[in-house]
Amino acid sequence: MKTSAPAKSAATPATPVEAIVIGVSAGGLKALSAILPGLPRDYPLPIMICIHLPPGKKSIVAELFDDKCALSVREAEDKEPILPGNVYFAPPDYHLMVEPDRRLSLSSEEPVLFSRPSINVLFETAADAYGAGLLGIVLTGANNDGAQGLSTIMLAGGTALIEDPAEAYQAAMPQAAIEACPGALVLSLDDMAQYLQRIGQTMGANA
Amino acid sequence: MTAPAHLSAAKTEDIEIRLLLEAIFQKYHYDFRGYAMASVKRRLSQAREFFNCRSFSVLQDQVLHDASMLPSLLGYLTVQVSEMFRDPLYFRAIREKVVPHLRTYPSLKVWIAGCSTGEELYSFAILFREEGLLERTMFYATDINPDALKRAEMGVYDLDRVKLFTENHRLSGGKSSLSDYYTAAYGAASFDKSLRKNAVFSDHSLATDAVFAETQLVSCRNVLIYFNKDLQDRAIGLFSQSLARKGFLGLGAKETLRFSAHADGFTEFARDERIYQKRDRS
Repeated sequence: MKTSAPAKSAATPATPVEAIVIGVSAGGLKALSAILPGLPRDYPLPIMICIHLPPGKKSIVAELFDDKCALSVREAEDKEPILPGNVYFAPPDYHLMVEPDRRLSLSSEEPVLFSRPSINVLFETAADAYGAGLLGIVLTGANNDGAQGLSTIMLAGGTALIEDPAEAYQAAMPQAAIEACPGALVLSLDDMAQYLQRIGQTMGANA
Repeated sequence: MTAPAHLSAAKTEDIEIRLLLEAIFQKYHYDFRGYAMASVKRRLSQAREFFNCRSFSVLQDQVLHDASMLPSLLGYLTVQVSEMFRDPLYFRAIREKVVPHLRTYPSLKVWIAGCSTGEELYSFAILFREEGLLERTMFYATDINPDALKRAEMGVYDLDRVKLFTENHRLSGGKSSLSDYYTAAYGAASFDKSLRKNAVFSDHSLATDAVFAETQLVSCRNVLIYFNKDLQDRAIGLFSQSLARKGFLGLGAKETLRFSAHADGFTEFARDERIYQKRDRS
């Protein structure tokens, strides 16, 4: 069981992971920089990321990480199929959702918890599409978006990782996630990066 | 091995949602069956909570037997988020790149598809007045939600939204002051009736209805994202049929024809602003 993981940094989920979702807010660029660039080009999983950014501006986050990473990184397009080894950012001012047929879709529905894109919306729709095959990650942030969504991921049998609030740039978001998800693994960014590399290798070996 | 409980529960919900959408279609002729599932499911979950129903099946039972629930259910199923001159660069491209072509027509027909509460229509009407095109233009503003259409026809918006509208209008290259076009009273901005003198507000479904006029410009923004691929193709097919040769199609900032069956029928006219031009078939 994930809840009784013996050595935290060594644990891997019981069910094979099929996709990763990440929610991050204030301090996000730095936190993601500790995780994404370490993943290889042939990483076998897709990664969808919701980062809170000021609306009304073109975001350069995807381009920035595309330069830094071996993975292919871009802003999500409506109804595009989700492919392994690709990183998709929610565009500013749109919710990013996962369809049951595992395509991405965008929505300009109302902000949720004052946020569009909303981490909860991404996590909940992804949990619906991937069930136990989803790995959800909540990183630094100054609000409580993501807590509810991460708990939905765990309810669906998926795996939850949370950045250690003690080292997070802003502790509020990880803290709220920990309170909502007592069974989640709390890791430093370094351990998290290793964890992601390891499940990638496991998946790669199985393939 | 038997499926874990959460998996079978999710499947049941999906079945219930499909049945609910089918029921709404058969009984009330509103067709949401081709809507993208993730978003419909979210919004129906909110509706289920609002109507205090234990399941989507219970909601289906109630809505089949109580037509008075329909307007409020439609409010959940249709997304009414809009603002005037939303994505100002889109309107700047219309003004600077599309308008010079439109000027060459003695009369114009423009279709605002999925007009919701009308913000986009008034944006176009103001832009066309500034460019001297309004008098020769007929606007068709269509939507499936009768309440939204009524509000579109009224053209009254909360005054606290007008600050954003004004800023958007300025960024779009507006040649006048937005305050020239509305009167403010009791916390609301009421837009000038003359802007909608040549506008027809009409119930029209991109899912079930056909083309009704030949147009030179179709603007349909942040509507297609709520559709699945097949329904997107149907809607784009309608736009293509409606557009005159070399007519223009404007989509939302994150919408594209790239994955569409009709992609070949259009060229990218202003790529970043998602404005397409129908090909001149010979």
